[in-house]
Amino acid sequence: MSFFKRFFNREKEADLDKGLEKTKEGFFSKISRAVVGKTKVDEAVLDELENGLIASDVGLDTTVKIIKRIEDRVARDKYLNTNELDFILRDEIVQMLAENNVEESFDFDIPDVGKPYVMLVVGVNGVGKTTTIGKLAYQFKKKGYSVVIGAGDTFRAAAVDQLQIWAERVGCAFFSKGMKADPAAVAFEAVQYGVKNKCDVVIIDTAGRLHNKVGLMNELGKIRRSANKSLFTAPHDVLLVLDASTGQNAIEQCKQFTEVTDVSCLALTKLDGTAKGGVAIGISDQFKIPIKYIGVGEAIDKLQIFNKTAFVESLFKKR
Amino acid sequence: MFDSLNKRLEDAFKILRGDNKLTELNIAQAIKDIRRALVEADVNYAIAKSFTDRVKDKALGTENVLKAIKPGELMVKIVMDELVELMGGQSVGINTKGSPAVILIAGLQGSGKTTFTGKLAHFLKNKKAQRPLVVACDVYRPAAIDQLTVLAEQVGVPIYKEIDNKNPVQIALNAISKAKELRCDVVIIDTAGRLAVDEDMMNEITRIKTAIMPSETLFVVDAMTGQDAVNTAKAFNDRLNFDGAVLTKLDGDTRGGAALSIKYTVGKPIKFVSMGEKLDTLDVFYPERMAQRILGMGDIISLVERAQEQFDEAEAKRIEKKIKKNKFDFNDFIGQMEQIKKMGDIKSLMNMIPGMSKMMKGVDIDNSAFTKVECIIQSMTPQERQNPDLMNLSRKKRIAKGCGRSLEDVNQFIKQFEDMRKLMHQLSTGKFPGMANKGGFRR
Repeated sequence: MSFFKRFFNREKEADLDKGLEKTKEGFFSKISRAVVGKTKVDEAVLDELENGLIASDVGLDTTVKIIKRIEDRVARDKYLNTNELDFILRDEIVQMLAENNVEESFDFDIPDVGKPYVMLVVGVNGVGKTTTIGKLAYQFKKKGYSVVIGAGDTFRAAAVDQLQIWAERVGCAFFSKGMKADPAAVAFEAVQYGVKNKCDVVIIDTAGRLHNKVGLMNELGKIRRSANKSLFTAPHDVLLVLDASTGQNAIEQCKQFTEVTDVSCLALTKLDGTAKGGVAIGISDQFKIPIKYIGVGEAIDKLQIFNKTAFVESLFKKR
Repeated sequence: MFDSLNKRLEDAFKILRGDNKLTELNIAQAIKDIRRALVEADVNYAIAKSFTDRVKDKALGTENVLKAIKPGELMVKIVMDELVELMGGQSVGINTKGSPAVILIAGLQGSGKTTFTGKLAHFLKNKKAQRPLVVACDVYRPAAIDQLTVLAEQVGVPIYKEIDNKNPVQIALNAISKAKELRCDVVIIDTAGRLAVDEDMMNEITRIKTAIMPSETLFVVDAMTGQDAVNTAKAFNDRLNFDGAVLTKLDGDTRGGAALSIKYTVGKPIKFVSMGEKLDTLDVFYPERMAQRILGMGDIISLVERAQEQFDEAEAKRIEKKIKKNKFDFNDFIGQMEQIKKMGDIKSLMNMIPGMSKMMKGVDIDNSAFTKVECIIQSMTPQERQNPDLMNLSRKKRIAKGCGRSLEDVNQFIKQFEDMRKLMHQLSTGKFPGMANKGGFRR
């Protein structure tokens, strides 16, 4: 059942297609420019392809890796028709994503970890943590789970209000100690609240912070530890939210946040607006952390499970 | 700030240091590395390419003009000059004329518009002695108005908001009349974040602009933005013809290539840089300063001049020969150290060497660092000094005893010396890994 749902949910697919339109255009115009008037894949074609990948924020190292793989293939098969390039490129990228995104979930299910399932949401400023939490809570709620969100961003002006509005929209429980409260205490008590009220899911928001601010990063470590003190299996997931329009700095963000909080999954936001998505490939290549969710629009239901096959298909689908 | 970019550029220049003049051949790798460095710093790849092409032309064209300085340093100078030019010659202020002056803030979601609005109000109030009114025109994001309200309160400026009005054009217009009433001389209008591809939202901001005719339109952009900065800046510029850009979150470790891309693409100046969460962390953008910071070069030219006065040409030749034969020994090392000491205080010297400031970060270096090394070398026999390969455990133990240092210290120094010797040899003979590649970034 879920298998069919996964492949035949037209509406969902349309969303993703629409969201990635820009990415696709960028990719395709570049690839077609690369192969125009050529019959076989040569150095010039590869150079163009290289530029195309870089321009999509795939990142140098990963781009070099992809090109190298194609080069090897050309060397092995002696002759590679430009018509095949599209297919091969897709194949290589899927493989690259497959190497790291081992476990794939297909729906907004919570893992079997006992109640409540605790998720800590982290990221730099302005990537869309609060919005993602709102959308996530909506999806979990829709699946019939009882959700509480904890207002751990006690620093940025009106952050608590913003999250509260989301909680009201979703119709889920909201735990807050107000502005300027100790975020670690919020995390501790939000988990307690979840346990006491037998919630299925506890999602804890945190203030955005740049990953090179040592003090703030340590604070994040403390938030994580205090959630853990509250419930010894928590947090079950640490979700790092990344802005899809971020360039190579996303890699560094991934690295630093993982160091202090053991990031276990990623959400890629704002995929609807920009010629990006390439950063997903770069990150998948360099980290063992799966991309779990993607944000493809501002509406409350515009959060999707990341499906690498669908993602790459959508990236390469011809119109 | 741009540390990572510095590092790459320095690597690129390192290769050049052994050469005598710039040729198509010996700058090929440096050019490639510079391009790579820029792309890794999120500079748009097309811009990086045209930039390096320009640098290359200049480098080859000017080879005889500045004979005095070494080719590597000449290259640095060229890159630096080009970078300053690319960033825009001088800093450009904002236009706050008009009664009231109206400043429109636009940008993507999460770029930091609202925070910037607060900071700009703080800046105008405290540094320019103006009376700003901030206006909450973000009618979409939950609690955006509350956020600006809190900020306005912190700065101590009035805010104009209409909680139930969903028409930002109207709110903006009403705010301007309100400003006149309140005798505010500048109105800062915060707008909702929007994607450049969102036709409706882009039409909305265009309507706001047409209605209020701002004296200044600022495009706020996250310094961490990737290759897409070019497209976004272009899309916003096509609609708004903005007057300047604001780079936010520059206190992160991003390489900030977006700054170059935007300037290059739309030709509009970057007017402010925002680097922190506190209200007073807004700075006017100085292109020259920024370019210098990108390169982190220090005052390399003057160092070269001083070095040339001090260094004996013949001595340098002799050393070079020895390096080529891999015969550089402890005597030469101590001789070089004496030369360096002659040039003055070691700390200020270090700061003038590109890369040193970074390597020495957090290390309190003074002339006594030399004393330790001198002690070790002076505890060696003349034979050992001439022939570093003689070194073995029992000799090291004796040296350690002789100079009153631990065996570890001695080991560490000898290891460093060997590494240095190896590197110098490689550089001088041109046997440097990856030198022969051309085309693309692949190795």
